[in-house]
Amino acid sequence: MNKELFIYTLHLADNALILAQRNSEWTGHGPVLEQDIAITNIALDLLGQARNYYQHAAALYNSLSDHDKNSLEGSLPRPWKSFHRELQEDDLAFLRDEHQYRNLLLTELPKGDWAFTVLRQFFFSAFQHLFYQELLQSSDPQLAAIAEKSSKEVAYHLRWSSEWVVRLGDGTEESHRRMQEALADLWMFTGEFFTAAGYEQAAATEGFGVDVLLLREAWLKKVEAVFAEATLEPPKQSWSQSGGKSGQHTEHLGYLLAEMQYLQRVYPNTTW
Amino acid sequence: MPVQNFESHFQEKIDADVRIEPKDWMPEKYRQTLIRQISQHAHSEIVGMLPEGNWISRAPSLKRKQILIAKVQDEAGHGLYLYSAAETLGISRDEMIGQLHSGKAKYSSIFNYPTLTWADMGAIGWLVDGAAIMNQVPLCRTSYGPYSRAMIRVCKEESFHQRQGFESLLVLSRGTPEQRAMVQDAIDRWWWPSLMMFGPHDSESLHSEQSMKWKIKRFSNDELRQRFVDMIAEQVKLLGMTLPDPDLKWNEERSHYDFGKINWEEFWNVVSGNGPCNKQRLDARKKAWDDGAWVREAAKAHAEKRAARNKQQAA
Ligand SMILES: [Fe+2]
Ligand SMILES: [Fe+2]
Ligand SMILES: [Fe+2]
Repeated sequence: MNKELFIYTLHLADNALILAQRNSEWTGHGPVLEQDIAITNIALDLLGQARNYYQHAAALYNSLSDHDKNSLEGSLPRPWKSFHRELQEDDLAFLRDEHQYRNLLLTELPKGDWAFTVLRQFFFSAFQHLFYQELLQSSDPQLAAIAEKSSKEVAYHLRWSSEWVVRLGDGTEESHRRMQEALADLWMFTGEFFTAAGYEQAAATEGFGVDVLLLREAWLKKVEAVFAEATLEPPKQSWSQSGGKSGQHTEHLGYLLAEMQYLQRVYPNTTW
Repeated sequence: MPVQNFESHFQEKIDADVRIEPKDWMPEKYRQTLIRQISQHAHSEIVGMLPEGNWISRAPSLKRKQILIAKVQDEAGHGLYLYSAAETLGISRDEMIGQLHSGKAKYSSIFNYPTLTWADMGAIGWLVDGAAIMNQVPLCRTSYGPYSRAMIRVCKEESFHQRQGFESLLVLSRGTPEQRAMVQDAIDRWWWPSLMMFGPHDSESLHSEQSMKWKIKRFSNDELRQRFVDMIAEQVKLLGMTLPDPDLKWNEERSHYDFGKINWEEFWNVVSGNGPCNKQRLDARKKAWDDGAWVREAAKAHAEKRAARNKQQAA
């Protein structure tokens, strides 16, 4: 196995976990009961995906030779190093520092209003939907299996979020205005989907990962189709924010992790 | 038929354990009692999402986070079934929610207590869902059809919640000294409020007698409370913890546990709005509702536009 597969798996795990964490902030606070349940469902699906990836990453690491283990030093949770036991999913989720997280910036942005939440979900699901079609062919059987299981869930996320984009875009004046504001806030974070980090390039070359650059056109087409129905227009602006995939985050991630990781940090190496 | 005949026919059905269905004749007071009780139960499910929701972002492991989110989501589902059951009695969900927000409708006081540590998640599952089950299992046979059917679905999930809560406490009780202290502290705080969930003593209970006759209720508050005490007093031993009641003692003669006096002053205080989190909980519900107003309006506006377009196309 190589170093990149471990990091790549973490990247996929982090995307799913951070967006799950954000979406679950709606639980109990949704605009209507049915939608409270729906957004919570998506959070649960993503959390399930994250667990699959973290478990895979931990197993990959634990089976490495000492030499290979050493080469991953910088990606490992610091407190775990003094536990003297095998790596587990929770160590990866709860004990890595901010700069070790490799999620897309888009996923860590605060949940905003319902327009922001559904538009972010739509962008993300439209991407994930295409991504999983490709990951099915991964040379890593575990990644291919996760893709297979997850793509059914994501098809639903995409349908649900597309419907909401249309509903709000083509709803009232206020909902249309809010969608446009959400769009102005989110658009610059969508470029990162298609800007491959080093480990993604390696993943694509070696056949266990996806060449994200190739997904761009299909993604745009999907966005344009849904936007047309929603009476929204994709902005012309091409400036994009990136860095999350290589550990350079917005100011928001630190707070999210501080809250999420609190118990594991205060009571290290404890069973819950 | 004069009203008396309707009434006696109705009572005969009740006595024969025939379910009353939405289209059947029923006394107005029966309808009102059910609306009050079912909507109060629905509100409890929804407000009950808040204290546990408070720990979703901080759950200590991915597995626990998953279990907790799924549990809180189940409660939303319970709220849905129950609102739907109440709607069959001729009141809309929006109207019921309005009554919750105005303070006219109540919800279970237990949810006005704060969740201060992670162990509270286990304690709520074990004690609060546990007490809810005691109250609700008999409701699976309650006389009103839609209510009893909703309760059958709810009870299945509630007993799952209780087992999960207990299991989570069991893990903590075998953990570090800090974790064990957390468990004991959570039990100490949730025990008495859980006993209050069964409502006032039978002698003081406002609605009990008529509800028993109509088989909306099937056991008295005190009977159910006793069953709960008997069950928990045994289970707490498995955790190696204690209940905060010096008077708790097995009574050979009664074949039940004796237990201490409930602080009814606290109970009535919380019911009337002066619990630790009453305002906070209601404010959170109102905020979610108000913040969601534009979303609901947009969904409606879009549905209307779409219907109009479809009609045009069809013409
Ligand atoms: Fe309940
Ligand atoms: Fe429930
Ligand atoms: Fe429950």
